[in-house]
Amino acid sequence: MTAPAPAVSLRHITRRFGPVVANDDVSLDLAPGEIHALVGENGAGKSTLVRVLYGLLQPDAGSIEVDGRTVRIHRPADAMRLGLGMVHQHFMLVGPLTVAENVTLAREPGAALGGFSPARAERAVAALAERHRLPVDPRARIASLSVGAQQRVEILKALYHGARVLILDEPTAVLTPHEVDDLFRVLRELQGNGTTIVLITHKLAEVMALAQRVTVMRAGRVVGGGPVASLTVERLAELMVGRPIPPLHARTGAPRSSEAPLLEVRMLDVSDERGLAAVKRVSFEVEAGEIVGIAGVEGNGQHELVECLAGLRPAVRGEILVAGRRCDACAPHAARERFAAGVAHIPSDRLHRGLVPDMTLAENFLLGRQRERTLVPGALLAPGALAALAAPRLAEYDVRPPGPARRARQRSGGNPQKRIAARELTRGAAVVLAAHPTRGVDLGAMAFIHQRLLRERDAGRAVLLVSSELSEILALSDRIFVMYEGRLVHETRPAETDERTLGLYMTGRQKEART
Amino acid sequence: MSAATERPAAPAGTPVRRAGPGADTRRALLTALAPVVAVALSLALGAIFILAIGEDPLAIYALMLRESLGTGYGLGQTLFKATPLVFTGLAVALGFRAGLFNIGVEGQLYLGGLAAALAGAALAGRPAVVLLPLTLLAAAAAGAAWGALPGYLKARFGAHEVINTIMLNFIAFALASFVGRWVFQPATVRTAEIGAGAHLARLDALFPALRGSPVNLALLLAAACAAGVGLLLFRTRTGYELRAVGLNAAAAEYGGVSIGRAQLVAMTLSGAIAGLGGVNFVLGYKHYFELGFSAGAGFLGIAVALLGRNHPAGVVVAALFFGALSYGGLVINQRVPKELVEVLQALVILLAISAQQVMERAARRLA
Amino acid sequence: MSLLLFLAAALRISVPYTLAALGAAINERGGVINIALEGMMLNGALAYVLGAHFSGNPWAGVAAAVAAGVATGALHALVTVVARADQITSGLGINLLAAGLTKFVLTQVFHSSSNSARVVGLPDWDLGALSSIPGLGPVFSTPLVLAAIALVLAGQWLLFRSVFGLRLRSIGERPEAAATLGLRVSGYRTLGVLISGALAGLAGAWLASEQHSFTDGMTGGRGYIALAAMIVGKWSPLGAAAACLLFGTAEALQITLQGSGFPSELLQMMPYLVTMLALAGFIGRATAPRAIGVPYDPEQG
Repeated sequence: MTAPAPAVSLRHITRRFGPVVANDDVSLDLAPGEIHALVGENGAGKSTLVRVLYGLLQPDAGSIEVDGRTVRIHRPADAMRLGLGMVHQHFMLVGPLTVAENVTLAREPGAALGGFSPARAERAVAALAERHRLPVDPRARIASLSVGAQQRVEILKALYHGARVLILDEPTAVLTPHEVDDLFRVLRELQGNGTTIVLITHKLAEVMALAQRVTVMRAGRVVGGGPVASLTVERLAELMVGRPIPPLHARTGAPRSSEAPLLEVRMLDVSDERGLAAVKRVSFEVEAGEIVGIAGVEGNGQHELVECLAGLRPAVRGEILVAGRRCDACAPHAARERFAAGVAHIPSDRLHRGLVPDMTLAENFLLGRQRERTLVPGALLAPGALAALAAPRLAEYDVRPPGPARRARQRSGGNPQKRIAARELTRGAAVVLAAHPTRGVDLGAMAFIHQRLLRERDAGRAVLLVSSELSEILALSDRIFVMYEGRLVHETRPAETDERTLGLYMTGRQKEART
Repeated sequence: MSAATERPAAPAGTPVRRAGPGADTRRALLTALAPVVAVALSLALGAIFILAIGEDPLAIYALMLRESLGTGYGLGQTLFKATPLVFTGLAVALGFRAGLFNIGVEGQLYLGGLAAALAGAALAGRPAVVLLPLTLLAAAAAGAAWGALPGYLKARFGAHEVINTIMLNFIAFALASFVGRWVFQPATVRTAEIGAGAHLARLDALFPALRGSPVNLALLLAAACAAGVGLLLFRTRTGYELRAVGLNAAAAEYGGVSIGRAQLVAMTLSGAIAGLGGVNFVLGYKHYFELGFSAGAGFLGIAVALLGRNHPAGVVVAALFFGALSYGGLVINQRVPKELVEVLQALVILLAISAQQVMERAARRLA
Repeated sequence: MSLLLFLAAALRISVPYTLAALGAAINERGGVINIALEGMMLNGALAYVLGAHFSGNPWAGVAAAVAAGVATGALHALVTVVARADQITSGLGINLLAAGLTKFVLTQVFHSSSNSARVVGLPDWDLGALSSIPGLGPVFSTPLVLAAIALVLAGQWLLFRSVFGLRLRSIGERPEAAATLGLRVSGYRTLGVLISGALAGLAGAWLASEQHSFTDGMTGGRGYIALAAMIVGKWSPLGAAAACLLFGTAEALQITLQGSGFPSELLQMMPYLVTMLALAGFIGRATAPRAIGVPYDPEQG
């Protein structure tokens, strides 16, 4: 079979950011009407590549062809004119405006004297939505829509602007499983109408389910790919990480202590930003020497639960006991009290919650520990003494180079996650809250952090692990809860369950799971 | 924080290959140069104005330099003009460090001066050991109150401190006039003289070289404040927490810092320092409050903090620069309108913030 | 009758506030904070006097004032949009610059750093029946009063009913979203600031025309009051105009009560207090455009 002329062809694209080579001589062809998956670990250079294609970044070297003609794409407008459309991971939508206004923005149906005609925009969007079976109310304000609906608006927007090649950046990251099914249906239909689709993802199951061809990137380079039919998930994973994937850290039968639980949560209710109930009557315990995993699709209340336990979000009602002592669960701004009670917290939003990038590593080591007598003995901070205290811990946690005077912003400081672990796991806290502790980290760091969490457990601490990665939950947890719509809907043990069963509970299909 | 409020990191998903070890140093050096570049460019632009009215820029600048720093009297004048700027620069810098833009320094200084004058006059007969501390306390307390109010509104209601402090400046001006209905000397816009015990002695008593210049002990108070702010910011827990709030409020909250409290503390301290700035004029020079005495020293404090990069040492240097410029303007007034200095000061502000950004971008590209 | 005269005075006083606040609403909706209104007005006022002085024609003064406002806006745009420096600081710097520059020019042209020579003011229009309404007639016969009313309506339409307004508001909320659709963020923001400069310049022209001269610092904080009115008016031209009328009325009252022994300072404080209450959420929440004050960096979008 001879391949048809590519719809888009990227040739030898190189793009640097300072000393970092984000794309190193990357070439990629997109056949017309195919769904092409672009996979790789975080930081492999996928996003940079599509940003170059979409005119958001200029390549340092290389060329782009569309329909066989070499083109220069200086800005997104050029890309749009060439029939390229993009659905960004963080939706590019204007919250207070309506769907119709968002979709037609920059190509608005006009009225006299440069006026804007909302009615015509709404009609145009309604017609387009109808044609592509993307149900959405053109008059609705974006801010009032669900994530899935917002994504449909993004797709509509690309189509409205004449996209024949649709680039989707991690489109399923924020969707519920049901919404993922909907998205896949829409994408297949678009493909049926001749649209070429680029799917950026690191979820290999999605690649196998949806794409015809795949390209794998690693460290800025294309390292493999081909027709999906000729590849397996294992082979793709190997290509992505550059070596056979080690099995997750094997569980050892840990000594379970029979002491009183270190973390007790009773009938906890927590609201989200909009004041809606996000955590509903949640009760559980974590004993000393135990890792309790909370599995769930993101957005089912895990975030609010962890924030409440960490003292960053007041509970509406309920009780929290740390090492047998009651905390005021309903107090706002209780992070300090919670730290003092013996809680360590590895937050999911690392750079924006867990670190102050413009402070030094030593100062970051102090974050949340500024009241510990060992670190700040007297009234005054002694930067020298603090650095001396922090250095060995940073070194132990493999923060390279461990110079405590360096700014945390500096890339050479190593993985932010390790810095947070170095701080939080050396507190000597009774309870460790770990929210998505390995999200976006490379495999080496992932293994390292898993090993540290296990060590914490073995040292007799109570570890609460929140993750949407089922493999991680299954590999590390002693007990597992599934959180769905704010409730703990299922409790089990790793030996008694599997990913499929957990997945069913995570999507609210308890009945199927029990059969 | 929800995903929607997450700021996209730039450039997203860039692989970490290697980092130039000298890159950060180069970048720091380049951005540290920005104030110098701004001052040089401002003087160059000012030269065009001087040329336009038919004078020789080099001669004018030389005259300014000689008269403001080259003689004992001129140096004293420069130090006198720099004194309130150290206070106001520190006040603005302290706010900036906590992520707050205190534009209300002018009003805080103004009311600080008024309070000092009223206290100094009301308790006029008391001995200096009682009177002076009480007068200083009055100045600091009035400024603190005027700073705490927007701090509270920010912490409690999230009301933007920039607009509120601007509003409070105007309210302070009106308030002083209002109070003046009762406290001003008949047919004047000034208060009664403060008691001698509250006077801050002139420094020419100690250093005869400064003879005739109004520089006074408020300068030493300013220096002490600079040292105190440095100590607070970089050597205390409170300072650490304030800086954490300023650099990343979400992380500070995570670290157990009460953001609202930090904002209130920062604005109160900032206001107190600004209020103390009023004593240079009231206790050290005229010995009374008069309408309009602040004369923009608060607004100039913003320029001082900017040029001093919000560091106490930098603030002191920048205050001396602006002090010299202010006095230099008076010296050249025979040949070039003294308003040239206002133009220069404004250009320094505009160029300092622009150069900072442009050079940071250049440094990023170089790195 | 005296009430009518009072209302007429209030309306006249509101004109410069309204013009400047209208401009601020437009440019802040695009995501640029404009504390530079004061400087724009001051430059506009001096330019009016210079234009009227040298040509003898008040309309030449108006043209010069608008040009000066636009030039001041261009400087604000250069610092905030092109160099992407802090918008608040830029505004303060521009106000300081205008204060110094106008005095500097004053000394060179009129040999005084405090006031200019007397110049012609804008003539009244004869609008027939409208002009003969007792009390209010003369107000409506004043060109800039009518212009201000028309401009507010036009501004409301421009922001909320035109393609330009839709794009500008998008850029003020989510510049990176607009940029991915090919809209030039810096272009729209610059245009917004220039429009604001033109309107603030016009406001300055009105002040100088009313006074028939320029005096040092004659805007007297009106730019800040206009900014406050725009905030109280929730970033909308109509709302801003209503707040300006309120503030103008307070000022008229202050003038009326002069000499009556009533402390005018209390009325003087009113606009500032109202603004602070509005910001604290006591008069409905005043919410700024989401991306306001944040320089747009295309490499990060």
